[in-house]
Amino acid sequence: MEILHNVTINHYLGLSTVLFALGVFGMLYRKNAIIIFMCVELMLNAVNLALVSFSKMHGDTDGQIFVFFIMVVAAAEVAVGLAILMMLYRNRHTTDTDTLNDLKG
Amino acid sequence: MLTEYAFWFLSFVAVFSGIAVILSKNPVYSVLNLIMTFFSIAGHYFLMNAQFLAAVHIIVYAGAIMVLFLYVIMMLNLNNLETEKRSNVFKLSAVVAAGLLMTVLSGAIQTADQITLAEKTTGTAGLVENLGIALYRNYLLPFELASVLFLAAMVGAVYLSKKNLNETQA
Amino acid sequence: MEKLVALIPLFPLLGFLYITFFGKNQSKGTAGAIATALVALSFVLAILVFTTQLHGAHATFVKVLDWIHVGSFQVDLSFVVDPLSSLYILFITGVGSLIHLYSIGYMHDDEGFHRFMSYLNLFVFFMLLLVLGDNLLLLFVGWEGVGVCSFMLIGFWYKDHANNDAAKKAFVMNRVGDLGLILGMSLIFVQCGSLNYNDLMIGGSAIGHLGKWATLGAVLLFIGAMGKSAQFPLHTWLPDAMAGPTPVSALIHAATMVTAGIYLVARFSDLFTISEGASQLVTWAGVITAVMGASIALTQNDIKKVLAYSTVSQLGFMFAALGMGAYTIAVFHVVTHAFFKALLFLGSGSVIHAMGGEQDIRRMGGLKSHMPTTYWTFLVGTIAIAGIFPFAGFFSKDQILAHAMENNTVVFALLMLAAAGTAFYMFRMFYLTFHGEFRGTHEQEHHLHESPKTMTIPLVVLAIASTVGGFMGFPHAIGHAMHIEHALDHFLSGSIELTHSHMSVATEIALALISMAIAGMMILFAYNIYIKKATPVLEDAEINSPLHRLLWKKYGMDELYDNLFRKPIDALSAGLYHWVEQKMLLGMVDGSGDAAKGIGRILQPLHNGQIVTYLLAIIVGLIALIFAL
Repeated sequence: MEILHNVTINHYLGLSTVLFALGVFGMLYRKNAIIIFMCVELMLNAVNLALVSFSKMHGDTDGQIFVFFIMVVAAAEVAVGLAILMMLYRNRHTTDTDTLNDLKG
Repeated sequence: MLTEYAFWFLSFVAVFSGIAVILSKNPVYSVLNLIMTFFSIAGHYFLMNAQFLAAVHIIVYAGAIMVLFLYVIMMLNLNNLETEKRSNVFKLSAVVAAGLLMTVLSGAIQTADQITLAEKTTGTAGLVENLGIALYRNYLLPFELASVLFLAAMVGAVYLSKKNLNETQA
Repeated sequence: MEKLVALIPLFPLLGFLYITFFGKNQSKGTAGAIATALVALSFVLAILVFTTQLHGAHATFVKVLDWIHVGSFQVDLSFVVDPLSSLYILFITGVGSLIHLYSIGYMHDDEGFHRFMSYLNLFVFFMLLLVLGDNLLLLFVGWEGVGVCSFMLIGFWYKDHANNDAAKKAFVMNRVGDLGLILGMSLIFVQCGSLNYNDLMIGGSAIGHLGKWATLGAVLLFIGAMGKSAQFPLHTWLPDAMAGPTPVSALIHAATMVTAGIYLVARFSDLFTISEGASQLVTWAGVITAVMGASIALTQNDIKKVLAYSTVSQLGFMFAALGMGAYTIAVFHVVTHAFFKALLFLGSGSVIHAMGGEQDIRRMGGLKSHMPTTYWTFLVGTIAIAGIFPFAGFFSKDQILAHAMENNTVVFALLMLAAAGTAFYMFRMFYLTFHGEFRGTHEQEHHLHESPKTMTIPLVVLAIASTVGGFMGFPHAIGHAMHIEHALDHFLSGSIELTHSHMSVATEIALALISMAIAGMMILFAYNIYIKKATPVLEDAEINSPLHRLLWKKYGMDELYDNLFRKPIDALSAGLYHWVEQKMLLGMVDGSGDAAKGIGRILQPLHNGQIVTYLLAIIVGLIALIFAL
């Protein structure tokens, strides 16, 4: 399947960059821990996209294997992270990161 | 040419639903928008002939992870909690920081050579067969370790919720 | 046959390792039996090795392992078998196994029994290494090893702080001597290019390369010997070392370790023969030590202290002999002394055991009827050390005196004085302990008993050895006339240069009679005072006459060292503590702490606990990083 004649690696990297920056922006912009968590997922996906396009460029499978493992880790992370969020909410009745300032020095 | 249009279309969908994730007041909408983004990214994978990843991506992210998010949001009943107000300084700094990051990153990309993907690909790397061979031959140990990681994550998640349960009972 | 020598040190080492790592599960009996059996096994091997030397002595080297090969510096883990070393291993393992056997009974109720046995085995191992090593470096390893074992065993009852102090004192005193040994060793290596006995003396004569350094080298080696063998002025640790269990005193601080210094000097007899000055020093150090030890022993009331000063005094005799070139006689005295001093210490241990830990002879008396075996064996030891024919001490001591008479009248007179003192203080102790009325408490009297078999058997064996041991070194002149060879002299001639005496038979016999007469007079004197008149011994506070006080205070050597070294160092330490540590170091430490606190206080507002701020900081850093790339 010879497709994407005029789409270069840079196009994908550009898209990846835009999505990553969006994730960063969201993390800074929002206060809700769950939304911040979603932004993390968005950033992970941006990186995945970049990796797949690299894999495509080099024509080998390593990049995609890498993406596969990132998905694995992301799934595990979500499971644990959401459990932590649940506990946090039960104890503090909020997911607002601004009120969680126990680390204040 | 059709595929090129497809690329642009999917890209726009991804970016705009990404923006919507951030801006929507209701977390449930955020989740749905994020699913949209994931679908368009899966479409990109498909365009790059990474069929297996595309399928896995939809199953894992859209099917499992986002459902988990939805569950949590509903369980916590977060719909109405969106009363957040960030100070304008923070909003501004968020925009500036993200913008700067994007600029710097794309600046870095611009310096790279323009390589058309199709020229360097055989197009079969993403097929299930090749991926499977690589995964079970070269990456068998990491693959097995990943399952251990899952086990640990599972135990961790269960333990976290259970401890919480005990505290509420006590 | 000589190859077997490699096994001799191995057995005690195995014993040490076994008891240390697996001994905890064994009963005390088993652990003690294993330790004793292994040393006894070494003893059997030592006899075999010894017999190879009896017919035509020749030095054999048995190499076990390469050790250090750096350029021209070659030192191997290799053993030397020659008359001197084979004689030493013979009595080390012999007396050692008897004392192991004795310890089974003596230490039976001690909670540290296993530890004690493993230390003893380790000590025997190091002592054998010291004696068997065919080079100075291996000797040094053994030398330090026995020092460590001595330290651990003196402080064996570590719960009592005084014991730890005694152990530390021994260790520090030995360090002073060891420094001399190290320097001497370095000097010999620099000048002669080797540390192997074979190159230095036995096979070659590289020791001669010392040239004008010979005296310095000999003196440095002698300083090492001084520390180990408790010679004036480094003798003060030995009496304190009696804080250890009695078998330790017998094995380490009477029979074997303290004679390592004699071994060193005898081994380097070639060097000491070259250097007249060093030999003079050895003689006088020995004479002073002999007289001083004997005079202090006159006034001591602790049974083990008396024996300790007696040991110091006897070691002085040996060094005096060494200094006069009578190396074989010194070694002869080492052997006989090992027999009767081990016997006396073990006997005193038996007494202490019966008295429930009491060591003060003023609280004893009349033990004769309660513990006959101990009494008779102790009597043999006492006669032997007093130098009465035909017991072992007579032969060796008499020959030392004979040599002194030939060489230097002053030395002879002083040694005679010390010998007379020896006879007196030994019988003073003997009478106070075993004769007269019992002066202890009723409980103690009720508790009196003869010691168990494991303790009395070694006593009997050693008593026999002390009785007949002297005949291996029959006096020259008399022996010659009676066609009895001086067996030991002849034997040792394989390792050590001989110095023949030119005394006539008549003189020798006269000398023997005179010294015996003096000893006899002293015994009568002691009998007169302590039995006939039953003069009570003064309590510590009643000691008034200046001379008595001086002796009782051990010539104030401890106080002298205290004032000379300890107090200045204490003052220096206190000063350093006050000025350097308190003011400077603490200031620096506190200052850096305060500085960190101050910086922290300035930076504190940055940590406002808002995740967003942290995130922002991360992103900014990231941007900066990418930009920099």
